Amino acid sequence: MALAAAFRTCPDTGFKIHLPAEKLIKWNAVAAVVFFLIGGIFGLLVALTRWPEVHLLPADLFYMALTAHGTLILVVWIIFFEVAILYFTSTVLLNNRLATPWLAWVGFWLMMVGTLVASYVIVIGEASVMFTSYVPMQAHPLFYLGLILFAVGALLAVCVFFGTLVIAKSERTYEGSLPLVTYGALVAAIIAVYTIASGAIILVPTWLWSMGYIGFIDPIMYKVVWWGFGHSSQQINVSAHIAVWYAIAAILFGAKPLSEKVSRSAFLLYILFLQIASAHHLLVEPGVSSEFKIWNTSYAMYLAVLGSMIHGLTVPGAIEAAQRKRGFNKGLFEWLRKAPWGNPVFSGMFLSLIFFGFLGGITGVTMGIEQVNLIIHNTIYVPGHFHGTVATGTTLAFMALSYWLVPTLFRRELFLPGLAKWQPYIFGFGMAGVALFLMGAGTLGVPRRHWDIAFNDATLDYAFSGAAQMLMALNGVSAVFGAVGGLIYVVVMVGTILVGKPKAAPAAKPAAAAAPPAGAGTVAHAGSAGTMAVPGTFVLVMIFFAVFALYYYVNWKYLAEIWMLN
Amino acid sequence: MAIFPPAERHWWKEPVEKSEVLWVSIAFIWAIVMFLMMPIWHIYGDQNLANEAYRTTPEAFAAKAEAMVEKYTVREEGNTGIPVVAPPAGEDVYMIARLWEWWPILELEKGKTYRLHLSSMDWQHGFSLQPTNINVQVHPGYELVMTVTPNSTGEHAIVCNEFCGIGHHTMLGRIYVVDKK
Repeated sequence: MALAAAFRTCPDTGFKIHLPAEKLIKWNAVAAVVFFLIGGIFGLLVALTRWPEVHLLPADLFYMALTAHGTLILVVWIIFFEVAILYFTSTVLLNNRLATPWLAWVGFWLMMVGTLVASYVIVIGEASVMFTSYVPMQAHPLFYLGLILFAVGALLAVCVFFGTLVIAKSERTYEGSLPLVTYGALVAAIIAVYTIASGAIILVPTWLWSMGYIGFIDPIMYKVVWWGFGHSSQQINVSAHIAVWYAIAAILFGAKPLSEKVSRSAFLLYILFLQIASAHHLLVEPGVSSEFKIWNTSYAMYLAVLGSMIHGLTVPGAIEAAQRKRGFNKGLFEWLRKAPWGNPVFSGMFLSLIFFGFLGGITGVTMGIEQVNLIIHNTIYVPGHFHGTVATGTTLAFMALSYWLVPTLFRRELFLPGLAKWQPYIFGFGMAGVALFLMGAGTLGVPRRHWDIAFNDATLDYAFSGAAQMLMALNGVSAVFGAVGGLIYVVVMVGTILVGKPKAAPAAKPAAAAAPPAGAGTVAHAGSAGTMAVPGTFVLVMIFFAVFALYYYVNWKYLAEIWMLN
Repeated sequence: MAIFPPAERHWWKEPVEKSEVLWVSIAFIWAIVMFLMMPIWHIYGDQNLANEAYRTTPEAFAAKAEAMVEKYTVREEGNTGIPVVAPPAGEDVYMIARLWEWWPILELEKGKTYRLHLSSMDWQHGFSLQPTNINVQVHPGYELVMTVTPNSTGEHAIVCNEFCGIGHHTMLGRIYVVDKK
């Protein structure tokens, strides 16, 4: 067998890289970036239309663009990139070969064909039903078929990932337990299985219904099951991008998790409890009981939120511990001040961590309160929240990783490094503005998915406050910033791949991958990072906690002011 | 390092550092507090969506709404032809959601309690009462019953905030709230 020939050794990291796996990682990442560009352009068009003074698109094109933006960004960009992460964490990090590359290619092409089919019917205006496609509104059958093909492809990728882990175990390519990053990817993959299963359970009958083979689909049942797909797919992102945070902390700082046990338990909470958050979307629906809503919307007593709050300490804590070991020990925050803020891998990762917690996390929990949802449901607050999670959280984390992964895999220097340095700030703060301004406008009642909040064509009239109009304009300005940041990302990535300078081979580095696990049974110190205390991080999480509690109760107060409902 | 297998083979036996234990405890207590807030609000709070809902059909629901309109119409809204209906306090009041209107217009008294029934004739719609900002989802085939007590007077708009096709942005309704006569 010429198996050995199918590997190369990475001169930067010492990892053994399986060539067929590398090719798949590259192609999935490239597909992700291409669809990010297209989906991002649609997003900009949406934001410019909702800017009251600009109001760019006519109504039909606006709803088409909104459907395309949701589908391409929330599903296509993110899942393609996640497939790349799954293959990377199961092969490169484990010095392992990929199981059945041919099946991985079948998965890739199914995802590609599914994307093209769904995009085609959206763009010709036959599927302007929004990404959620709530029944009884109906799209062209090819829209559902496209999504189904994509989901089957993604499921194959997940299966290849599982098979690859089995190979690593049986061929003993690593010793002891999986690396934490691979473990996080495994959590994402497990969530992906039941996410995709939910998608299949609802989209297959809906597809048959759209062709007339099934007479009726109950709209509430549709939502219960569809959100098992729609919401959970965002939980795949959470697990994946937290794995990315740990990876970047390790790559840049050599950071070790403070405690493997705590970090892994936090991931385990995701597997157990994230799925039931489908209920977040059913809090103001008829026919769903309060008991169901309270238990499910809180992920069974907020245990998945607990998981995220733990990572909120352990990720920056690992960086702090590593930095303090290197001597950045002055005061509470020298470790953070002296971090490489000019390196987009770090700045992107750290901004993602901050924004995900403060903008996405706190607001997500608050609007998921059964009663508070009454003042938030379907207002533009909701897109504000998920631009906090998906744009400034997941997308920014994936961008940060690409600044390391793409030059490493393609053996090229980063294209326009001076521009890349600023990119996480431009995109990050632009999209943070989008999140904040949309949430502000939503608090004032502005609806989401709405072409004209001036209601010019309506029989009756209503005017939103000047403040609401202004927030929508500020959202437009922020979205332009975000779009510029997004475009720089695409230019840097494509430029690196096509015209980047080939990397010079670095001076022989120690084969890091050969780092041996220490002898068993000698558990003398607290945590893998030693007994290093992390006071700076602790101050940060206490600030986070104070903001969280304050914001949480402010929203209860808003709720207490509306009409009485009992 | 998180990209390598744990340095400690038996990592699950490692003791956990103090600040981590403290933070996990704080986060866990906070999780429980947040969880309990929801049932507590059901007991002491004044804003809870009732669990009252029925299966219905567009025809049956429309018939009930039309009967109410016939009985309690007080005027027409300008020259729009939309009836303004002022049912007595405590009464069951109905509002139809359909492409693309909320029908009829209601006139309620401040501080009085009404049972507001909502259902859709066609697709899903979003009942968004502005500027007080109350938002609930309206489904075809389901009749949601909210017990509402207005606490603000004047003209209130009902914006549709669930996408319902090309005329979605024209779907506006109205509720007047007046002081006790």
